[in-house]
Amino acid sequence: MNSRSLQTTIIFLVVGGILALALGGFFGSASRQFGSVLIDTQTWFSSRFLGLQDFFTAPRDIVSLRTRNAELEAQVSQLQAQVIELQQTVNETEILAALVDFSRSNPESTYKAAAVIGFDPSPFLHYIIINRGSNDDIRRGMPVVTNQGLVGRVDAVIADAARVQLITDPASAVNVYLKNAETSAVTFGSVTGDISLDMISQNITVESGDLILTSGLGGGYPSDLPIGQVVTIRTLEFKLFQQATIQPAVDFSRLEIVLIITNFRPVDITPLEPLPSP
Amino acid sequence: MRNSIAFPLLGLAVILQSAIVSQVKLISGYADLPLLMLAAWALQDRVKSAWHWAVLTCVMVGFVSSMPWLVVAAGYLGVIFMAQILQRRVWQAPLLAMFSVILMGTLFIHLLSFAVLRVLGTPFAFADVIGLITLPSLLLNMLFSIPVYALMRDLAHWVYPLEEYE
Repeated sequence: MNSRSLQTTIIFLVVGGILALALGGFFGSASRQFGSVLIDTQTWFSSRFLGLQDFFTAPRDIVSLRTRNAELEAQVSQLQAQVIELQQTVNETEILAALVDFSRSNPESTYKAAAVIGFDPSPFLHYIIINRGSNDDIRRGMPVVTNQGLVGRVDAVIADAARVQLITDPASAVNVYLKNAETSAVTFGSVTGDISLDMISQNITVESGDLILTSGLGGGYPSDLPIGQVVTIRTLEFKLFQQATIQPAVDFSRLEIVLIITNFRPVDITPLEPLPSP
Repeated sequence: MRNSIAFPLLGLAVILQSAIVSQVKLISGYADLPLLMLAAWALQDRVKSAWHWAVLTCVMVGFVSSMPWLVVAAGYLGVIFMAQILQRRVWQAPLLAMFSVILMGTLFIHLLSFAVLRVLGTPFAFADVIGLITLPSLLLNMLFSIPVYALMRDLAHWVYPLEEYE
């Protein structure tokens, strides 16, 4: 055995001995320190590598993230629009369902539904514009209602639209009767959109909450359509009639869909009215 | 030819007035978009078609509104008349002229509406009309007059370009 082989053998024996001792647990604290140094070194290299990797690959990720974000934002906008449309549809469906219930509970009349598409441009007048006209057999004078009560009557008609005079219009007057008091009266509109009750006989007792229905007198409206309830009564001894304020049954600020009673023809009683004496 | 923008623009104004502006109420009054547009248009020194625009507005508003034609026609034509008189006298302060025309125009149209409707039998109380309709409408008209004036000034520059005007 030459000296070179002897040297190699000794090195192997020494290293093998050290390994055997280490594996046998004789170098516990030393191996832990060595291991921790190794782990720290590896962690350092690994974190630096990951940092470098992020540095080189991040721009590509930002572009893809931005694209994805834009896609998602577009999708969110689309879904929000859908939600709004669906909410609108739900609202319309609820209104239509109420109107269908109303028409079913009043089968003596035939109805045609119409959407409110505008209001009179002048603040002096309380008129609405609906999207049904003479093409849908709508005629002047036809009453307009909702499931809550009387809205007004058709004032002018063109092919695909009509103008409706609301009962809140200052020029509107409706013959009514008070259900509990069993007496006739007349409602008038006003510039503010409030409805007042007039022509109530002084010897009639009217109470707050009395229901007001159309009487059908004069032939302008069918009878028994709800108008509202009495809120306050004003009785002045020196006046011929009592007056009252009304809480309307219909919410005129939220008119969206209305029903036109198409089988009612108003009666023109003008020829029967007495002429003023000269 | 560019003046034909009046048809879609005034049509849109009447639609907006009927569908949206009439819903933006202050007490019982609301702004009058066609009035604002006409006044602002008539106050532009390059504009020569204010009367045509007014007639077109009268036809459109008269068609939509239940207000008697007399009121609509006299009201809007009267506003153009006022605007043209003021434009010659207060030409150095166009916004002041705009405010003046809106003030006088609103009062004129409302008083005319009140008078004609009263004659036709609608029971109005003058104090109610002034307090609940006219003054709130006037305030809203004043408020909207600034953006409408700016819009119509830009439109006038487009319809009547400077080289053509000179």
